[in-house]
Amino acid sequence: MPEQISLAEPASLKAGPDTRGHFGQFGGRYVAETLMPLILDLEREYRAAKADPAFKAQFDDLMTHYVGRPSALYYAEPLTKHLGGAKIYLKREELNHTGAHKINNCIGQILLALRMGKTRIIAETGAGQHGVATATVAARFGLPCTIFMGARDIARQAPNVFRMKLLGAEVRPVTAGAQTLKDAMNEALRDWVTNVHDTFYIIGTVAGPHPYPELVRDFQSVIGTEARAQLFEAEGRLPDVAVAAVGGGSNAIGLFHPFLDDPVELVGIEAAGHGLQTDQHAASLAGGRPGILHGNKTYLLQDADGQITEAHSISAGLDYPGIGPEHAWLHEIGRVRYEGITDDEALAAFQLLAQVEGIIPALESAHALAWVVKAAPAMPKDKIILVNLSGRGDKDIFTVADALGVKL
Amino acid sequence: MRDRLAARFASLNGRAGLVTFVCGGDPSPELTAPILHALVAGGADIIEIGMPFTDPMADGPAIQAGNIRALEAGISLKKLLGIVREFRAKDAATPLILMGYANPVLAYGPGFAADAVAAGLDGVILVDLPPEESGELDLGALHLIRLATPTTDDARLPTVLTGASGFLYYVAVAGVTGQNSADAADVAAAVARLKAATDLPVAVGFGVKTPAQAAAIAAHADAVVVGSAIVDLVGAAAARQSNDIPGEVQAFVSSLAAAVRSARLESAA
Repeated sequence: MPEQISLAEPASLKAGPDTRGHFGQFGGRYVAETLMPLILDLEREYRAAKADPAFKAQFDDLMTHYVGRPSALYYAEPLTKHLGGAKIYLKREELNHTGAHKINNCIGQILLALRMGKTRIIAETGAGQHGVATATVAARFGLPCTIFMGARDIARQAPNVFRMKLLGAEVRPVTAGAQTLKDAMNEALRDWVTNVHDTFYIIGTVAGPHPYPELVRDFQSVIGTEARAQLFEAEGRLPDVAVAAVGGGSNAIGLFHPFLDDPVELVGIEAAGHGLQTDQHAASLAGGRPGILHGNKTYLLQDADGQITEAHSISAGLDYPGIGPEHAWLHEIGRVRYEGITDDEALAAFQLLAQVEGIIPALESAHALAWVVKAAPAMPKDKIILVNLSGRGDKDIFTVADALGVKL
Repeated sequence: MRDRLAARFASLNGRAGLVTFVCGGDPSPELTAPILHALVAGGADIIEIGMPFTDPMADGPAIQAGNIRALEAGISLKKLLGIVREFRAKDAATPLILMGYANPVLAYGPGFAADAVAAGLDGVILVDLPPEESGELDLGALHLIRLATPTTDDARLPTVLTGASGFLYYVAVAGVTGQNSADAADVAAAVARLKAATDLPVAVGFGVKTPAQAAAIAAHADAVVVGSAIVDLVGAAAARQSNDIPGEVQAFVSSLAAAVRSARLESAA
């Protein structure tokens, strides 16, 4: 007699979070009691929306005609030849309306806000990309919108601040703390708890209290779902590796999630700033430990007393001391490998893509490309790397010029 | 462990208690124990001592600034427990509640509850630890003081009350600390609803800044919480380098205590 063989399918890694919003030990709902009833309402409304064909139809229609989806999957032949190894495909999220993946999530959340009868929108922003995307959908649906942005970020991202104002949003400077993304999120939470009855908070990444990490992931999963089908059409198979930059982690989870149960190596790139050996980086998995902030339990940059420390990255979009809880879990179970790329490596990749492909990538995406620059040459030519080009780099030209010592 | 909170509420003889909040370590760790004694000398019945955090997202500008002063002066949870021990050496009766955010407690490690009880702490209020996540931290013999808010409806209230002890903290306005003030009639109705659902004493806070506001709340609640106004006073005194910050705190708390003590008599008249 043969030994007993289990016929049960292995559990899907796509099933999370559990009913309490936990991915393993991470996630959850660590918010002030005032917000709890609203968070529970949001979860109920999201479940109802998910099951409602009309909601999906409206979301899909806006994705097609307003955002411009599907975004292209592009075989980067010059870059592939330049690096001389694995075949490189770019998922062109930078071609979306507003120039990044952020709009996918904003469309989904504003439809939820309308379903819930909310009449005012708030959001936090670091580099201004999520602020622009939020201001865009608020304009499209005629809702007043307030964007919280650190005073320091306002100073270094003037074009995006003006964009948000053109779109009709009020940009409120945050002067608390280090005056960057983390402080903007604190201030948005303070506004939300004060205006809980009429206000919807559009969180920009896969972090915050449950159900945000789940619903932002679901709205962003369009990236990986499209890329998977597009690559099958182009190559008849799965990629060997999929890679994306990780700050909070919404573009990365959007790319990875549809591949979680596939034999595909997944690599998330954290911002190593001036180097992981310094205290000037934003790599919360490599340099942090589990803690509680902004509504969820996840890896955080913090000192021995549990005080949150400042992150650093040349890319304002990665300049955050935490990471989405699903990434913390995927790191802990070993399904996704997370590596660091420094400011200098990202800057080099930024210039390389511009020169070789005629595409100026966002500094965030340049972190993923820098990993490709290191990894592709050592891989055989029949291997395929899929890279999420999450945003375009027009917003970054001042930062890059400054880093290269060029006066504009 | 003797239940200092229950003993204190039992000793109030029908009047409302005064709960005062200061940020631990503000303006310096050395001045904190003298300030705590000044609160008691001024007439505080219960003390909430804030555990500073870099990201106090439920707090308004006053307590944010207090947190920053305390952190810059080098406060940590370990040092704060040392201050609690120092206070307890001279005051065995006044209940001390630690108020703050979950992460410093999580970072302290599993020995927190035992160390806190040994130091003389009576309970904790963790504003970002709702009932759903309470299992994340082992709080041992400490009272876990829960918050009810204007958004806590009848469906939600039983969840808040399960596992609550010490007293129930009613957050009188939807918002952050030290900003808007609640209407006394709304507070009266809310307290009546809460008291119908629990035997715990109900303390009311958020937006209570003046003796008159404290008296208005004290007519309806088991205790009144004043925080931001005291933290503002400490900040202002520190800014002009006052050499008697505890004395200034005591004078202000006396005015609050007198108002709170007279409130029931007036409302009964």
